[in-house]
Amino acid sequence: MSVRTAIVRRAIDVSALLSEVGDTANGATVIFLGHVREMNDGRTVSGIEYSAYGEMAERELAAIASECAAHFGVAHLVAEHRLGALELGDVSIAIAVAHPHRAEAYEASRFVIEEVKRRLPIWKREGYVDGTSDWVNAAGIAHEQRAEERQ
Amino acid sequence: MTVTALLFASYAEALGSDRLELTLAGNTTVRDVVDRLRAMPGGSSLPAAPLVAVNQTYANADQRVVSGDEVAIIPPVAGG
Repeated sequence: MSVRTAIVRRAIDVSALLSEVGDTANGATVIFLGHVREMNDGRTVSGIEYSAYGEMAERELAAIASECAAHFGVAHLVAEHRLGALELGDVSIAIAVAHPHRAEAYEASRFVIEEVKRRLPIWKREGYVDGTSDWVNAAGIAHEQRAEERQ
Repeated sequence: MTVTALLFASYAEALGSDRLELTLAGNTTVRDVVDRLRAMPGGSSLPAAPLVAVNQTYANADQRVVSGDEVAIIPPVAGG
């Protein structure tokens, strides 16, 4: 089994990630890519600036991957999240999972992205074509639920 | 005792800083740190019970903090 995670400030090389999890022992590889979308809440996006609580983000992403590998019996898992200024279409996160069987590969991939959304301390400031910008998810519905769980 | 408060994203903008050294009395909890920050200029935009991490691990409001701790106030996350 191999698990690797990274928070990076460079373009994510998707082909390299696929090679990294490649293994003839596995019948299924699932790759999830998150990328910068042109429209959000009816506004036209020009780009996104990603920032993070760097050291904690590294630790949390590694923890998510370890939990995933243990729970789903994943053979190989690589996840990278990118920070900095991204343009439309740029890949912000890539998750590659290899497993002997497809069902577990899909579930494991889903697990990682959902946990990233829930707990990775990363923020994005979305820029719009009209020159304005806003923090995404500032209302933080999931965040409020999580804070309540901890009271 | 002194703790380091870390602020990010919208919270850093609201308080005009991403790192503050706070001097607090002993027997201090996460809640006390949050209350101190909320009393500062711009601090009213922090929720009463934000997500907090102490030394990079998520913590609840009653958790004690000790001198030298790094207390991060975590805005709603938006990774992915």
